[in-house]
Amino acid sequence: MFYREAGDFKTSYRDDSQTFPIRLDRMGYYVLMFVAFLVVPFFINDYWVNAVFAPFLIYAIAALGLNILTGYAGQVSLGTGGFMAVGAYACYKLMTGFPEVSIVIHIILAGGITAIVGVAFGLPSLRIKGFYLAVATLAAQFFLVWLFNKVPWFYNYSASGQINAPERSVFGVIVTGPNTEAWAKYMICLVFVVVLAWVARNLTRGMMGRKWMGIRDMDIAAEIIGVNPLMAKLSAFAVSSFFVGIAGALFFAVYLGAAEAGEAFGINKSFLILFMIIIGGLGSIFGSFAGAAFMVLMPVFLKNVLVGGMGWPTDLAAHFEFMIVGGLIVLFLIVEPHGLAQLWRLTKEKLRLWPFPH
Amino acid sequence: MKYTKLAAASVTALMVATPVLADLVFPSLSYRTGPYAAGGIPYADGFADYFTLLNERDGGIGGVMTSAPECETAYNTEKGVECYEATKGQGALAYNPLSTGITYQLIPKVTADDIPLYTPGYGRTSAANGKVFSHVFNFPANYWNAASLAVNHLKEVSGGDLTGKKIALVYHNSAYGKEPIRTLEELSEKHGFEFTTIPVDHPGQEQKAQWLQIRRERPDFVIMYGWGVMNQVAIQEAANIRFPMENFIGVWWSGGDHDVAPAGDAATGYKAVTFHGVGSDYPVFDDIQKYVVDAGKAAGNGDNIGKAIYNRGVYAAMLLAEAARTAQEIHGTPDITSSMMRDGMEALEITEERMAELGMPGFGPTFTVTCENHGGPGTGAIQQWDAAAGTWSLISDYGPSDMEVIQPLIEEDSAAYAAENNIEPRCN
Repeated sequence: MFYREAGDFKTSYRDDSQTFPIRLDRMGYYVLMFVAFLVVPFFINDYWVNAVFAPFLIYAIAALGLNILTGYAGQVSLGTGGFMAVGAYACYKLMTGFPEVSIVIHIILAGGITAIVGVAFGLPSLRIKGFYLAVATLAAQFFLVWLFNKVPWFYNYSASGQINAPERSVFGVIVTGPNTEAWAKYMICLVFVVVLAWVARNLTRGMMGRKWMGIRDMDIAAEIIGVNPLMAKLSAFAVSSFFVGIAGALFFAVYLGAAEAGEAFGINKSFLILFMIIIGGLGSIFGSFAGAAFMVLMPVFLKNVLVGGMGWPTDLAAHFEFMIVGGLIVLFLIVEPHGLAQLWRLTKEKLRLWPFPH
Repeated sequence: MKYTKLAAASVTALMVATPVLADLVFPSLSYRTGPYAAGGIPYADGFADYFTLLNERDGGIGGVMTSAPECETAYNTEKGVECYEATKGQGALAYNPLSTGITYQLIPKVTADDIPLYTPGYGRTSAANGKVFSHVFNFPANYWNAASLAVNHLKEVSGGDLTGKKIALVYHNSAYGKEPIRTLEELSEKHGFEFTTIPVDHPGQEQKAQWLQIRRERPDFVIMYGWGVMNQVAIQEAANIRFPMENFIGVWWSGGDHDVAPAGDAATGYKAVTFHGVGSDYPVFDDIQKYVVDAGKAAGNGDNIGKAIYNRGVYAAMLLAEAARTAQEIHGTPDITSSMMRDGMEALEITEERMAELGMPGFGPTFTVTCENHGGPGTGAIQQWDAAAGTWSLISDYGPSDMEVIQPLIEEDSAAYAAENNIEPRCN
């Protein structure tokens, strides 16, 4: 009744192709932005930012990155953890090497370095596809983690191989290190998420995104109509790795503050982010957020309900958590194999017709 | 989606806003799941049981009840951060995360939040330097003491000379396992033994390659820095290649009952370093049996009493409780804050009389914590496993470690930390 295109007149092509063509969606988006930028920072505390918002926002960036590569360009990657490690270690080396430069620049540069590494490991994608490419990226995952464990230069020769983020500030506000205020930590993640999601949205609906999707759907046909597979695949690897690198840098510098390659960026991380985009929805910006939210918030929520609310022993709760999350993943995928994004899309379709479906 | 999220958010808000008030809270960031649960369970049980004992027998510490709320970390740093933030608001007095990775995360955070961090026998070794690490305590012994104690023992069994011997270190390829390398390198120079390192990646279930290498290189001794499932696998693999068990010595974290049990009789003779007593032949365990287990208040299954890692949990809880008592005395109030707790830890004095009073005569070393020294005396003994009896027994006295080698390393590493983080040395 309220959720419909009718009556919402567009008078230019620009309006016609906007991201949220329906007024209610658009308003929802503005309200969300308003709440995220102007309400949440005033109420957020250490628990909420460290347990909920920082991991959610950072994983959302990583999921966006992987979604560009796997969801839009169709190149399977199991190297996400390794690429996050590149971002983290690049950021660490830059932070400690050039302390006078702003951390924001370091994070972006860390993304750039990861993009270069990503392109290098993306080269095999020109010859191999599908499972074989997955194995090649798996090699990247193990190689990168091994490299950061093996070469002491990356962790500044510290005795334990741990990297620690020193204190850095943006416009005089501390954003890394232990003295960071909750809102500052939240805001830096939020700004990166919003900017990168905006970039991702516009890349994927522009020429580049269409080329990626062409390669994904049928690479030979795409090549025949003039898509250069070399450029398309490598650009997908570069953009994806850039996103993942930024996620890694934020993950280390802003969220954890200290990390070691094997523990923080192991193969589990690659799988976690792959699960996020599969559950959220391949080839969907919203899906990246939904998947990240599901995988990050669900365990925290269950833990709070089972242990805090119902007083269960922690080990029992932890085992149940695995079972419930696993069960929900299977359930969601049976109900809707295309992920939460498709569920959302269908809901919107139904809403448009509601309350007169025929 | 939106509704579930909304519901989730509101319920979570309800859940986190339930502080336990007017208790002395010692959060237990434990892990009873995952590949490290084998060591995490007995430790968490011991830690919880001792505080339950204090509540049941003495009515808490100084008349204030204690509580040790558990939070499951699965030895994972992200969950560790979440647990820290979740329990911080409950008035946490001190943290004992039993994970070197989580310790590294928490060192700057606890310093900013003014909560002491207690890491007995683990964590960042150079935190022993109280001049730099104001809020971190790792008495009575640390990783580097363990390395030195192991080498001292090996020297003793080799007739006082290690020249030309080959020692291999099998280690968990993480911050934890890498800690002793520097010390062992220094010691190899000092004593003239040949030193090789053999890393094992998380979680350590697959060690065929590592033990093949040991079989090929034939080191005289193997030192192990392992944890969780890695220990059991290593001891089994050592048995498989018929490596003489008496030449195989683990750090205290590789010296649990569950580590040696799977290898059966073949594990007899395996040694480990320890900084506290073994077995359940102390009065405190009778009290735990009487007030905690028989009353049905034991943590976990209540079947770990007297096991090596359980004892360590009890010992850590005892030292924290004593520190809390010291803090109550210093500040003259039973309701202490985390900041007072820190003062208590820094003024902690453990005497033989006090240990006997607590039902733990000779269980650990006597020591005094000072502003400069947060690391305690660094003494320890060697325990050896007897599979037939199913017990560990001490085969040496509590000996000193080589502080001549360790102290400069502590100074060096803590100075690097101080420089990185612009910390002014205290205690002047």
